[in-house]
Amino acid sequence: DVLNTPANTTLCPQVLFFGFGWLFFMRQLFKDYEVRQYVVQVVFSITFAFSCTMFELIIFEILGVLSSTSRYFHWKLNLYVILLVLIFVVPFYIGYFVVSNIRLLHRQRLLFSCVVWFTFMYFFWKLGDPFPILSPKHGILSIEQLISRVGVIGVTLMALLSGFGAVNCPYTYMSYFLRNVTDSDILALERRLLQTMDMIVSKKKRIAMTRRQMYQRGEEQNKQTGFWGMIKSVTSSPSGSENLSLIQQEVDALEELSRQLFLETVDLQATKERIEYSKTFQGKYFNFLGYFFSIYCVWKIFMATINIVFDRVGKTDPVTRGIEITVNYLGIQFDVKFWSQHISFILVGIIIVTSIRGLLITLTKFFYAISSSKSSNVIVLVLAQIMGMYFVSSVLLMRMSMPLEYRTIVTEVLGELQFNFYHRWFDVIFLISIKRLFQTFPLILIGTFSRLMLKKFYKCVKSMTS
Amino acid sequence: MASLDRVKVLVLGDSGVGKSSLVHLLCQNQVLGNPSWTVGCSVDVRVHDYREGTPEEKTCYIELWDVGGSVGSASSVKSTRAVFYNSVNGIILVHDLTNKKSSQNLYPWSLEALSKDSSPTGIIVSNGDYDREQFAENSVPLLLIGTKFDQIPENKRNDVLTRTAFLSEDFNAEEINLDCTNPRYLAAGSSNAVKLSRFFDKMQSFTDRRRFNFKSLHYD
Repeated sequence: DVLNTPANTTLCPQVLFFGFGWLFFMRQLFKDYEVRQYVVQVVFSITFAFSCTMFELIIFEILGVLSSTSRYFHWKLNLYVILLVLIFVVPFYIGYFVVSNIRLLHRQRLLFSCVVWFTFMYFFWKLGDPFPILSPKHGILSIEQLISRVGVIGVTLMALLSGFGAVNCPYTYMSYFLRNVTDSDILALERRLLQTMDMIVSKKKRIAMTRRQMYQRGEEQNKQTGFWGMIKSVTSSPSGSENLSLIQQEVDALEELSRQLFLETVDLQATKERIEYSKTFQGKYFNFLGYFFSIYCVWKIFMATINIVFDRVGKTDPVTRGIEITVNYLGIQFDVKFWSQHISFILVGIIIVTSIRGLLITLTKFFYAISSSKSSNVIVLVLAQIMGMYFVSSVLLMRMSMPLEYRTIVTEVLGELQFNFYHRWFDVIFLISIKRLFQTFPLILIGTFSRLMLKKFYKCVKSMTS
Repeated sequence: MASLDRVKVLVLGDSGVGKSSLVHLLCQNQVLGNPSWTVGCSVDVRVHDYREGTPEEKTCYIELWDVGGSVGSASSVKSTRAVFYNSVNGIILVHDLTNKKSSQNLYPWSLEALSKDSSPTGIIVSNGDYDREQFAENSVPLLLIGTKFDQIPENKRNDVLTRTAFLSEDFNAEEINLDCTNPRYLAAGSSNAVKLSRFFDKMQSFTDRRRFNFKSLHYD
């Protein structure tokens, strides 16, 4: 009866997901760039479509849609496709586009991209060695080998992102952390910025005029370098190049200062906008949510620590435990089986939707920040790779949130992976990423300190020249 | 020393089109060896002989303000960038001939710069959409420069040139197509060099200048 599956149930949503991925790519990610290589867009949309199908299959599992054999079939099929994409297609194209950007290797790009891919496969395989991923009864070329490695990378990513999110989220949402910024602060900074620009302009005018005069007098324009250059500059008239290099140094320092001032002004403007936003209704709502999220983040950190310190892995999932608590302590009679199915559906659904949405938003922000017209193809493919690995490992970790009867399909399909390992690994990386954040605090202090030093230097330079 | 009227020209365009290389070429007459991302705004100065070859010849400085960023930047970046758009005498719009989006993005770029510059004729910015009348009324001289000309294969050149001709008509501006890594496009006596000097001359005599006023920055 596998072949009797109505094609609508699985094919139609998949086409929808593909379409959504396509639109997201075109409208959001690439809205400022020109899509010259359509293969990138296709690969991205395929990765997105098959990742979403995995989540869809979990939902089907919980709701009991389709027969269990057909579900199993679709799981296996989907898994093979997505592993194929994540391990063969995407890395190959990443290598191809990176190699195409390098002028020297441009001619032999197919050859070099194969070389890159083989290097990737080597490291990918080596990745499995230090981890107790598999029970020893499996052979070399089995699907568990591939999934386990993909899982490790994906879980690491998820934990890093979660850790970062846990610390960043209260800071972003809550208005408690917003410094007070007034319009006059911004105006003062802008005035300084423009004054700095004016100084740069006047110094550059001096340089340009001096150069022109030197040129007209027939002197050498370029700086004197090297041993003979030094000798020559001692004996020749000092008015020309010596002055020039001094002014040039001042200009360089001023330009660095102007960049700093620009970034500070952008920062202040952004803070001012956030303050204005926090006064709106939407802003207040998110502020309120922020308090809840902070408590949730603190709880997560606490639980991760406990899990590692006391070396335990949660045996029951939140849903069943919640229902048990309700039944036992509140004395309310529940049809546990019925409710656990629905509640876990809702819970899993929320987790899926928020993680997809969160991931897409983060990807978009990241993409805008670092891409340029040359590297956009490579970056989008890297993001597709991260997205695919993230989704695969979400499925692995989601197992923990589901009641026992639904875990079977995941366990069955993904083979005998040491799931507990993944949960422990998640907690470890989560805590490490938190620790990393607290370590950057001194770096922030150093950054502020160096900015102060730069300002002092600028004042010294100004007093010397005026 | 030459007379020191201030002539300020904005150089606008998407990131990666080659504005920094262009400015370096125009000011230092050298090719920029290691272009890197422009943070904020970088200024350079070109020494220009106004009305060269005539009795009224004088040397003046043209300040080229190369503003970095993209049209899709965050609004905090846009408001900060707006600081550079005051008292502008002319605008050079730079686009990449191999990238159509960068040419299309010139419309929002020019709107961004011109709407901060309320000229006496009062440019009305409706909802950010391009409107040809706005450019007809605009009195700030514009120059359109297309870069990476050498990267276009021979057979596509005609299409590209027709496209840029439409663009320059829309903006009511002169156009120059060149390659920033090759100074020969701006060699003395070439038609590009002539267009460039005409543009700079236009600005020197462009007398519609507003005194820079810090207070009016935000309370317009």
